[in-house]
Amino acid sequence: MKSPLSPTFRHGIHPEGHKEATEALRIERMPFVERYILPLSQHAGAPARPVVQPGAAVTRGQLVAEAGGFLSTTLHSPVTGQVVALGPRHHPGGKWTESLEIAADPFASQRLPEAAPIPWQSLTADEFVAQVQRAGLVGMGGAAFPSHVKYRLPEGRRIRHLVINGCECEPYLTADHRLMVERPEAVLRGIEILARRLGVEETVIGVELNKPDSIAALEGALAARAGLAGQDGHGSAEGGAPVRVVPLQVKYPQGAEKMLIEAIFGLEVPAGKLPLDVEMLVNNVGTMAALADWFDRQVPLIERVLTVAGPGVSRPANLIVPVGTPVRAVLEHCGGLGAEVREVVLGGPMMGTPLASLDVPVLKGTSGILAFTAATTRLPKEYACIRCGRCVEACPQYLNPSRLARLARLPGADRLEALESWNALDCVECGSCSFACPSGIPIVQLIRVAKGEIREHRSRRSPQGKP
Amino acid sequence: MRQNTPRLVVQAAPFLREGVTTPGLMRDVLLALAPVLGMAVWHFGLSALLVVLAATLGSVATEWLLGPKGPHHSSVVDGTELTSLTDGSAALTGVLLGLTLPPTLPLWMAVLGGAVGIGLGKLVWGGLGQNLFNPALVGRAFLQAAFPTALTTWVVPGGVTGSSALLARNFAWPFLSAPPVAEGLSGATPLNVMKFAHQPTPFRELLWGNIAGSLGETSLAVLALAGLWLLVRRAFDWRIPTSILLTVAAFSGFLFVLVPERYPSPGFMLGAGGLLFGAVFMATDPVTSPLAPRGAWLYGIGIGLLVVLIRIWGGLPEGVMYAILLMNAATPLLERFTQPRAFGHARGLP
Repeated sequence: MKSPLSPTFRHGIHPEGHKEATEALRIERMPFVERYILPLSQHAGAPARPVVQPGAAVTRGQLVAEAGGFLSTTLHSPVTGQVVALGPRHHPGGKWTESLEIAADPFASQRLPEAAPIPWQSLTADEFVAQVQRAGLVGMGGAAFPSHVKYRLPEGRRIRHLVINGCECEPYLTADHRLMVERPEAVLRGIEILARRLGVEETVIGVELNKPDSIAALEGALAARAGLAGQDGHGSAEGGAPVRVVPLQVKYPQGAEKMLIEAIFGLEVPAGKLPLDVEMLVNNVGTMAALADWFDRQVPLIERVLTVAGPGVSRPANLIVPVGTPVRAVLEHCGGLGAEVREVVLGGPMMGTPLASLDVPVLKGTSGILAFTAATTRLPKEYACIRCGRCVEACPQYLNPSRLARLARLPGADRLEALESWNALDCVECGSCSFACPSGIPIVQLIRVAKGEIREHRSRRSPQGKP
Repeated sequence: MRQNTPRLVVQAAPFLREGVTTPGLMRDVLLALAPVLGMAVWHFGLSALLVVLAATLGSVATEWLLGPKGPHHSSVVDGTELTSLTDGSAALTGVLLGLTLPPTLPLWMAVLGGAVGIGLGKLVWGGLGQNLFNPALVGRAFLQAAFPTALTTWVVPGGVTGSSALLARNFAWPFLSAPPVAEGLSGATPLNVMKFAHQPTPFRELLWGNIAGSLGETSLAVLALAGLWLLVRRAFDWRIPTSILLTVAAFSGFLFVLVPERYPSPGFMLGAGGLLFGAVFMATDPVTSPLAPRGAWLYGIGIGLLVVLIRIWGGLPEGVMYAILLMNAATPLLERFTQPRAFGHARGLP
């Protein structure tokens, strides 16, 4: 149901926010630690290729791995120090993957050298995309999709609306919230650069109503910019396309690309299509700030803001953490873990990754580290599906999750066709169904696994790719 | 370095849950039924409680004897083994069945009804969530077919004190005939009176429930309050009772306007018999009703039409049970043709 007051998408869920512990805490800088681990694979696509060998001295911000293809991006050293190893290390996803291990030099300055702005306005489209790849930029919202891939528009396509995601609809997380409050001009600067490069007609920033200070900070920074443009005697045409902040109702998963577009424009991106197909591009606020940092100061993506919170954390915080910092070190910085901690999650509590080990690094896409205690770790007892329909009401893709979960549990390959005909591949894996299920059925996990099987089955049927 | 590592639990996201559980939902419905049962005891005395308990005993015992067991169907949480018994669904079926029975029913029949409801209505289908028909109504339909006289022996409410005469019937030996109901006690339900004597019962009496009838169908006021509470708790799909009641009102209203002297008023049709009980507690069973909104509307409309058809032209004065069972049968088909359009798909296509 849409309220007349502020827009949102249809369906979805209302989990408790749990943001009170950190939403008012200023972002602080995490001190440097001894060792950093940079997995060469931090997102979908090809792993990066190392350009340094063990023993090499590196400086903070130095390129240490180049992109392993177009659907891949670069890696930079988060510290000045020495590469000590190149080998398999424990990845947050659970596997062991090739990683660079870098020891920080305790006597070296970790100050970044001053660098001139990059003249982004005079670059060609391809040069701009290459620069973004050179910066190692990925989507900072969690999925960490390489940003330059989104910015290279296919022939004849254009972007009319740049949609900036400031929803941070995952409970507990306040990193984007604080970033918007403390660095609104960096967000707007990134928007300015990207909007001009893409030639958009309008930029819209969607922010949920539980972040009034973020909305106010962005509005304030916008007003300041408009004032400056006015003093300089520039018209609004030269000042770039208009930017508008749209307050949205609080609902999960509003930060999902398609949900955000529906919330703001009332438009459904067709199934199987991308925002590009409706001439839109969605990026996170953190990505915009990182974009500004590269083009204005040549700072690549070597650190990010993340929230450390949850009932198992004694000193919750919003931290700037160098990429590669071990999760254990971050948690120790925040007061350490008590014996009662049972569950540690990278990212938000709805779509995050559970950790089996604390000796894994923070990745470019890590938006939070959450620790849950025995009392708050839910191991739901599973009951039979009573077809109550709560998952159907929750699903933002209007699927029938109960049916999909039931089909997914059948044996054999025949069920895959049935799953496809029930639009299993449209599932965005937001987890709203599992959240709402009174029978504790791991619905989204069943669908996630089935989706993988469908894709595998398809690729076996037509090895050339798409059928 | 690896000291001080807590023993971490790894489970798939999401790590938060809404907190509503299936046993919790069952408990909510049982709680909503408590005042309904209270009214039944108020009107019919101890017999009401005994009949409901007997039906529940039959249901729960059958679930315990024949229900799914073994490692695939149970789990151990905090040292307690949980099975299908603990989800509360068998008890709920028993209470629901008990409330559709007359207070005069011999208890052994109620036990048998509960056993058949769970055994043939649920377990043979594969247990909770798998059955096509409402188990409580399967139990009742069986009793109606097997013991038609006992199922239609009605009494006027005698209050808690005036009901000792019923107990003799309740405790009749299995397979032996029960003693007849005393002259002054026996009464006809409002629908009976309407069908065979063409006398409507005043709405006020329906509201308070001072009438002969099944245990749970006697007080409209209590049923309405219980239904509203469940609605607030989001325990059922509001579309189902809404569409049933609207359809009955519209259809019987149309007939009443057409030939007022021949057909009962829509107010009477809505208030009499088991309509409200069925609409709130029986038709809304999520297992046996369509999930999709459009399906729920059609299902409710179907029940409403069938209720009026059976009540007015059928051989029986009441038709709620058969109406719901028939629409239960139609549920898979309705489900198939009323799936909502998925996000980003063209309208009109499945």
